[in-house]
Amino acid sequence: MHMADALLNPGVAGVMYAASAVAAGVSVKTLKKDETASKLPVMAVSSALIFAGQMINYTIPGTGSSGHLCGGMLLTALLGPQAGFLSMIVILLIQALFFADGGLMALGANCWNMAFYGCFVGYYLLWKPIMNSKLFSGLGTKGAGRIKIALCSIIGCILTLQLGAFSVVLETSISGITELPFGAFVGIMQPIHLAIGLVEGLITTVVLLFIYETRPELIMDVPMGEGEGANSKLSLKAVVAVLAAVVIVVGGGLSLFASSNPDGLEWSMFGNEEAGYSANMGLDEENYGVQSGVADTLGGVQEKTAFLPDYAFQGSDSAAGTSVSGIVGSAMVAVVAIGVCFAGGFFRKKAAKAEVKAEEVSESVEK
Amino acid sequence: MDKLGKAQSELLEMDEIASGKSFVHRLHPLAKLVVTIVYIIFVVSFDKYNFTGLVPMVLFPVFIYQLAGVPVSLCFKKLRYVLPLVLAVGIVNPFFDNVPMLHLGNMVITGGVLSMLTLMLKGVLSIMASFILVATTKIDAICAALRKIHVPDIIVTLILLTYRYVGVMISEVSIMNNAYKLRAPGQKGIHFSAWGSFLGQLFLRSMDRAEELYSSMQLRAFKGEFYYADVHPATISSYVYVVVSILFFALFRFVDVSNLFGSLII
Repeated sequence: MHMADALLNPGVAGVMYAASAVAAGVSVKTLKKDETASKLPVMAVSSALIFAGQMINYTIPGTGSSGHLCGGMLLTALLGPQAGFLSMIVILLIQALFFADGGLMALGANCWNMAFYGCFVGYYLLWKPIMNSKLFSGLGTKGAGRIKIALCSIIGCILTLQLGAFSVVLETSISGITELPFGAFVGIMQPIHLAIGLVEGLITTVVLLFIYETRPELIMDVPMGEGEGANSKLSLKAVVAVLAAVVIVVGGGLSLFASSNPDGLEWSMFGNEEAGYSANMGLDEENYGVQSGVADTLGGVQEKTAFLPDYAFQGSDSAAGTSVSGIVGSAMVAVVAIGVCFAGGFFRKKAAKAEVKAEEVSESVEK
Repeated sequence: MDKLGKAQSELLEMDEIASGKSFVHRLHPLAKLVVTIVYIIFVVSFDKYNFTGLVPMVLFPVFIYQLAGVPVSLCFKKLRYVLPLVLAVGIVNPFFDNVPMLHLGNMVITGGVLSMLTLMLKGVLSIMASFILVATTKIDAICAALRKIHVPDIIVTLILLTYRYVGVMISEVSIMNNAYKLRAPGQKGIHFSAWGSFLGQLFLRSMDRAEELYSSMQLRAFKGEFYYADVHPATISSYVYVVVSILFFALFRFVDVSNLFGSLII
């Protein structure tokens, strides 16, 4: 769901930056009240772990496809919403800067779509109320804890991914002008993210359940069983089995769809981005383009100065566009750019040679 | 090499390039950050049909790459995440938008083709710009710049720590992944039965590591913020760099340089 810079307009990107900045500001303020210094290393190590963990392929049983980890919900469960949100921001920033996944300008939007929902909505709407409720209390503390973790993780991942996907549609529809109707766009994005959410929810569940079995104190708000794990009414295996059954029944159709391709999930993930963005990149003649006095004036100047005016801009009176002379000029620019590259390479080699020589000289002087 | 190995070597490579000593490397990090962001905003704000107007913007990254002594080809490796996506988006445009925009002899170029090309170029240029930032600026310097613009110290410290730990974690996960693969030949990923324990185990170990890390930080008198002593004060060249760059962006944005060049010939 990483949006690239090119797929947003600066206005929308700015609004999303502001929204994410407010959420980050609130998080920082809330965290300052606690012992942040001691929490920092835990946050850093966890986000680094999530970062690396997202690169692992998990085989989905019964299909040839593989799933990946959903970071937001897992970090929230382990660190709490505020620390989780900040950690996700950092993950997204590092992905954007060092791995060119996402973009600097789209960071605000990406934080909102992938971190805000998972952390704040997921925690305050699902995790906290469910964990503190008396649901499943007939199953013993540990059993109830397991079921609750599973419930929160799966519903949480599905819900937050749905919200995120919807936001992607919304942001792209507002920033570009889409030719695909909003409804159809949503219709493509949501079902695919439902499948992804199910798988991610399942992976998150299993990881959290493992931690819950070994060191429950690391997870937020979970009920602590006093060494009654063994004689709980619902064993870990049973929980996983029930979960798997639910997921297979609910997601059967969707995973079949996803697994029709060898690396189905990846494909469908990619496919959905494609579909989503393509919609947003649709075209609308009336409402696009720079509508300002300067642009109009420049357009006038351009029209006057353009050679072969009949040759370009047929059926379009947009100020910005392409003309034959523009193409020729672009080609010239490209030649200049390539020339600069070669010149740079040439001088680099020369400098390297000079350096080697200088070293040789200094070595011989030393001798 | 798998995804993890690649990520590992890429991080190392970036660290190495960023410790260069060129003119661009020596500029103030904040100046580079500002120029990068302004550049991306300018690039993205171009009209979707204005392909030729956008082309001259290529000159800036290309020129800076040469000044910094960073080969442009390195950046193209990074395009593998963004380019397919942008390509996939753009490729649909010609089908949607059939309004002819330009006639070249018998060939008609439609709005869809133009907007596809523009979109792809925008994607490439914004990646090139962010790459030049990280290729010429060490992470500590970027963090110092972020502190200068009052990004909260928690976030900045977190970026620095996480960045350091990403390398450690990737190598650890990579070792585990390899070990798993060797014991499960012919299997495509982690089997369902090991989903929880694989990452869970690592998480538990990592928590212990975080505690040790915190203790050692405390022993070195860490009180919640790092101090970035080695960032030089902004030199005049940094100010000049910002002003000149932005002037150029504005020139390219508001004057169709390609058209002017071309009209000299035709």
